[in-house]
Amino acid sequence: MKFGILINEGPFTHQASDSAYRFVVAALAKGHEIYRVFFYNDGVYNANKLSEPQTDDRNLVALWSALAEEHSLDLVVCVAAALRRGIKDEVLKDGFRISGLGQLVEAGIQADRMVVFGD
Amino acid sequence: MSSMLHIVNKSPFDRNALDSCLRLAGSGSAILLIEDGVYAAVAKAAQADKITGRMGDCSFYALGPDIAARGLSDISLIDGIQVVDYEGFVDLVAEHGATQSWL
Repeated sequence: MKFGILINEGPFTHQASDSAYRFVVAALAKGHEIYRVFFYNDGVYNANKLSEPQTDDRNLVALWSALAEEHSLDLVVCVAAALRRGIKDEVLKDGFRISGLGQLVEAGIQADRMVVFGD
Repeated sequence: MSSMLHIVNKSPFDRNALDSCLRLAGSGSAILLIEDGVYAAVAKAAQADKITGRMGDCSFYALGPDIAARGLSDISLIDGIQVVDYEGFVDLVAEHGATQSWL
């Protein structure tokens, strides 16, 4: 089955991105396809490669990036939400790309299920 | 298949997301408590009646890792709430026609 994922929060205020990450890992392990992960609003902070959490903290930016490389995930960051927060191509972690809201709409159409993680 | 999966991630002591969900969820819905939403699963909580009142026509689940993360593993949960892990979460999404997150 094809899943679309929407993440509306960054790594450090709410659990949303952690929950989404663990959901995606479990879905992939069960053989499902992740059609796209869309990062919206504060969710764009998940793509900031300048983020350096302490070494004993989980690093969601790195975790998402590694998962994308391993499973060829499509991690899309909303352009308007990103530019507003200083997230540009120069600070984008490998595996993420910046695009528009149309990518979220398309994921909603193409995926069998859409799961929203936010606050 | 056509019934809906509702995901509640807010404590009932913090926000009214669970109230809204229980008021509007159709008969036969599945309701999954995740993140701070798992506080609603505690058996002796003041809010417990709200869930037991819908136990007859909805099925209730709570995410085990989030229960453990809040130190609630040894506390009794409301009878009839099934504890699932992330694999169970994925299965619930796949088994229901649509998913609604009550953010």
